[in-house]
Amino acid sequence: METVVFSLLNGVIYGLLLFMLSSGLTLIFSMMGVLNFAHASFYMLGAYFAYTISSVSGFWLALIFAPILVGLVGAATERWGLRKVHANGHVAELLFTFGLAYLIDEVVKIIWGRNSVDYRVPELLDFPLFTLYGTQYPAYRIFILFVAVAMLVALWLLLKRTRAGLIIQAALTHPEMVGHLGHNVPRIFMTVFGVGCALAGLAGVIGGNYLVTDPAMAISIGPIVFVVVVVGGLGSLEGAFIASLLLGLLQTFAVSIDASFADIFGWLGLGETTEVGRITIASLAPMLPFLMLVLILMVRPRGLMGDRDI
Amino acid sequence: MTAPALKLTDLHKSFGPAKIIQGVNLEIEKGERHAIIGPNGAGKSTLFNLISGQFWPTSGSVELNGQDISRMKPHEVNRRGLSRSFQVSNVFTNMTVRENVRCGVLYSMGHGYSFWRNVGNLREVQEKTSAILEHVGLIDKANLPAALLPYADQRTLEIAITIAGGAGVILLDEPTAGMSHSETDRAVALIEKATEGKTLIIVEHDMGVVFGLADRISVLVYGEIIATGRPEEIRGDPRVREAYLGDENLEGVA
Amino acid sequence: MSDMATENFANLAPSNAQKFRMRVLPFVLFAAVAVLIPLFGPSRSAYSLLNAIGINIVFALSYNMLLGRAGLLSFGHAVYFGLGGYAALHAMGMIENADGGFWGSVPVFAMPLVGFAGGALAGAVIGWPSCRRAGTAFAMISLGVAELIAAMGFMFGSIFGGEEGISGDRMNGPEVFGLSLGPIGEVYWFIAFWTVLAALLIFAFTRTPLGRMSEATRDNPQRVEFVGYDPTRVRYLVFIAAGGFAGLAGGMSAVNYEIFTPEALSLLPSGFVLIMTYVGGARYFAGPVLGAIVLTYMQSNLSDFTEAWLLYLGLLFITIVMYAPNGLAGIVAGLWNGTRATGMAYLKTWAARVVAIAIAMVGVIVLVEVAVRKSNGYGEVFEPFGLHLTPGSPLTWALVIVPLIVGLGLLRHLARDEQEAGA
Repeated sequence: METVVFSLLNGVIYGLLLFMLSSGLTLIFSMMGVLNFAHASFYMLGAYFAYTISSVSGFWLALIFAPILVGLVGAATERWGLRKVHANGHVAELLFTFGLAYLIDEVVKIIWGRNSVDYRVPELLDFPLFTLYGTQYPAYRIFILFVAVAMLVALWLLLKRTRAGLIIQAALTHPEMVGHLGHNVPRIFMTVFGVGCALAGLAGVIGGNYLVTDPAMAISIGPIVFVVVVVGGLGSLEGAFIASLLLGLLQTFAVSIDASFADIFGWLGLGETTEVGRITIASLAPMLPFLMLVLILMVRPRGLMGDRDI
Repeated sequence: MTAPALKLTDLHKSFGPAKIIQGVNLEIEKGERHAIIGPNGAGKSTLFNLISGQFWPTSGSVELNGQDISRMKPHEVNRRGLSRSFQVSNVFTNMTVRENVRCGVLYSMGHGYSFWRNVGNLREVQEKTSAILEHVGLIDKANLPAALLPYADQRTLEIAITIAGGAGVILLDEPTAGMSHSETDRAVALIEKATEGKTLIIVEHDMGVVFGLADRISVLVYGEIIATGRPEEIRGDPRVREAYLGDENLEGVA
Repeated sequence: MSDMATENFANLAPSNAQKFRMRVLPFVLFAAVAVLIPLFGPSRSAYSLLNAIGINIVFALSYNMLLGRAGLLSFGHAVYFGLGGYAALHAMGMIENADGGFWGSVPVFAMPLVGFAGGALAGAVIGWPSCRRAGTAFAMISLGVAELIAAMGFMFGSIFGGEEGISGDRMNGPEVFGLSLGPIGEVYWFIAFWTVLAALLIFAFTRTPLGRMSEATRDNPQRVEFVGYDPTRVRYLVFIAAGGFAGLAGGMSAVNYEIFTPEALSLLPSGFVLIMTYVGGARYFAGPVLGAIVLTYMQSNLSDFTEAWLLYLGLLFITIVMYAPNGLAGIVAGLWNGTRATGMAYLKTWAARVVAIAIAMVGVIVLVEVAVRKSNGYGEVFEPFGLHLTPGSPLTWALVIVPLIVGLGLLRHLARDEQEAGA
C-alpha cells in the first residue's frame, strides 16, 4: 500500500513535468508543423538559468524570470534562425533544431561546466510536509504538483478565453487554416515558439532541483518527451496529457517493483541465474517509454488521440 | 453476360456528421465512356476517392469487374486494373518526363520492387515507355524535367502516367481544367485516342467536353445521382435542368 | 557521381559519353585514388584516418539511401551500423575458435557481408513498425527505437559485452588476396576494397526500379499508390537495404578496430552520420562521400586541438542548414556552374565571401577558445601566434568583436550586392 501511494504521487508529479514539456512541444508542432528537437535543451536552459539567478537573488525570482528568459531565447531563435529555414520545409526546420540542441548542449558545458551544478530546493520548501506510513514526504514535490496544476489551468484559460487561444485551438484541429491568418503569422509563430520554450523552461526551473541539473539532462529527457508526443498522437494536447501521466506512472511504478523476470516467469522454467531471468522490472524502467512507443505503433500507428496523418 | 466494369451499390460516405455521398448506385459497362457532372461540392471528387481506394465507404460497395474493391488500398485497386488522374497536376516534378511515365509502367511489367535490375537496361520497359510518350505526343520533351513542362503538357503527362500501367478502367478528374479552347480540343482528342477500347469515367466541368465525349452521363447533386442517361436524354431531363444545368448552357452545345 | 535529377539537365537524352562521364568516370577515379594512396607511403596515423574515412563513407552513403533518396529522416541509423558490427565481431570470434568446419573456412575479409546480413535483419525487424509512418513521426520513432536498442545493449552482456563491449582478433582464418590483415597498411586494402564496392552497389541501387520508386515515394507518395506501389512497402524495403549497408560499414569497423561497445548503437553516432550526410549534401550522390571525408578529418584532427570541437561542428551544421541546404556538394556544384555561366565575376564574389567568413570565424574562434579555457578553470590561456589572450584583456574582446562585425558586415554587403545584381 505504502509503495502504491508514494508511486502514485511521484508518478503524477513526473507525469506533470513531462506534460509541461510535451504541451509546449505540441503547441509549437500544431501551429508551425515543426517538431522542436531542441525542446529539452530549453528545459535544461531553464534549470541552469534558475540555478544562476537563485544563487544571486533566491529561488522565487528565478521561478519568474528564468522561464521568461528562456522564452526570450526561444523567440529570438525563431526570429533569427527558424524563420530563415522555414522556406526549405519541415525537415530542414527539424534539422535546424537538431543542430541547435547540439549547440545549446556545448554552450552549457562551457558556461556551467561538465559536471552537475548544485541547484538546490529552496530552504523555504525544504522540509517534510507530512508523514505517511512512517515515511516523510518532501514539501517541494507537492510544490511541483501545485506549479504544474497552476500551469495547466493557466494554459487552459489561455486556450479557452483569449483570442490567441482561439486561434491556437483552431490551428490544432485545422492546421491548414494557419496559412489564412494573414500578415501577423510570423509574429504568432514567434510568440508560440517563445511561449512553448518558456513552458519547457518552467519545467526546468522546478524539475532541475528535483531531479538533477547537469549537461546530460536534455539528452536524457528529450527522447522521452518525443515518445510522449508520438504516443499521445502528434498535435493532440489531450493525447500528450494522457501519455505524460501514463508514462510518468508506468515508469515510477516500474522503479518500485523489485521483482526480476525469474520471479515472474519462474513457472515457465526461467532460472534465477540466466541473463534474462536476472533482469529486474526496475532496471527496465528507462526502457519502458520506448517499449510503449513500439507497442502503440503496432496497435495504433496514429497514437492514442491522434487523428492527423502526418 | 459479363460483370460491369464498375458497379457502385448503395454507396455512402460521411465525414463525421457531414454526409457527402448518400446512396449512389451506378453500373458502367466495359468500354463505356461515362461522364459525371454536377455542381461544385456535389461530391464528385469524393466519389472518385471512394472508387480508387483513397477513402473507404461508410457503407455500400464498389465492384471492379465483379470483384469487391471497396476495402482495398489505392495500390491494390490500381493493380486490379483501375487507374486515375488528379485534378491538380500530380506528377513527379523532380524526374524527367520519360522517368515519370516509366514509373507508371514498371509495376505492370513485373518489375515491382526489384532491386537487381538496372532500369536503364529493361528493354521492354523502355520500349513501352517510348510507345506511350509517342502515343500522347510527348516524345520530343521526354528528357525535360517534368517541373519545366508547360501547364497543358503537364496535364498530358498526368494522363500518360495514368494510362501507362495498362489499366482497363481509367478515371480522369477534370482533365481539361484550366486549359484554353485549342488546348481543350487537343486534350479531348488525346483522351479519345488514349482510352480507345478502355472504360473511361470522367469528371468534367466543360459541357462541350462532356457532351462530345461521353456515351452516358450521370448527374450528381448533393451526393446523389439524380439522373443517368445518354447525352440527349440528360439534356432533355427537366430535373437536371432544374437542379443543375442552366438552359443557356445546353443551347450552347446542342 | 552527381545527381542527374537535380541540376544540369540536358535537353536531349544523355549521350553515351555523358553517361560515362557522369556514372562511370567518378568511380574509376575514386578507385584509382584509393589504389594510388599507398604509393605515397602514408604514416600509421594517416592510414588509421583513411580507414576511418572509408568506414564513414559507406555509413554516410547508406544513411543517404534514407535521407536523400527516400526522404526519411532517421535519428537511429547507428543501430544498424552497431548491430552489423556486433554480428561481425561474433563471427570473428567463431572463426578464432573454429576447429575446421564452416567457420574455419570463412575469411575475416568477408566480415562486412556478415555485417550486411546483421544490419539488414535488424532493419527488417525494426523497420516493420517504423516504416508505417513517414515524415516527423518516422523521425521520432527512429529515435525511440534507437534508445530502446541502445538500452538493451547495456542490458544483455553476453551479446553486447556490457560497458567494455566485446573485442575480437582479425588475424585468424584463411587469408584473401594474400592479406594477413595484421599491419594497418593491409587493413587499408581491406577497407578500400569494401568502400569502393559498397559505393558502387549503393549507386547501382539508385538505378534499380526500387531505387527509382523510392525517390518517387519521397516526392509524391500519393501518386506512387496510383501506379501500383505501396509507399509503406517501398520505404520498408529501402530501409532494409540501408540497414544492410550500414551493417556492412559496421563489419568494416569491426575488423578495423577489433572492438565494439554499446555506445556504438547510441544517439551520438546516429547524430554524427546525419550531420556528415547533410553537411556533405544529401541531394547529391557524392555529397555523403564528401561529408564523410571532411568531417572524419575534422573529428580526428580538430578534437586534438580544441575541446570545443563539437561546438564548431554544431555551428557548421546550423550554418549549412541555414545558408547552404544542399551541403558542401551543393556549394561545389554551385561554384562550378556559376563560374561556367558568368566566369570570373562569380568566382570573385565567391572568394570575397570566403574571406568574409574567415574573418568572422576569427572572432568566433577567439571567443570560444577563451571561454573554454576559462570554463576549465585550470588557468590556461589561449595563446595563438604568441598572443596572450586572457578573458579580461581588452585585446581579447577586440579580437572577438572587430572580426565579427567586419566579417558579418561584409557578408551582408555581398548578399545585398547579389540581390541588386539579381534584380
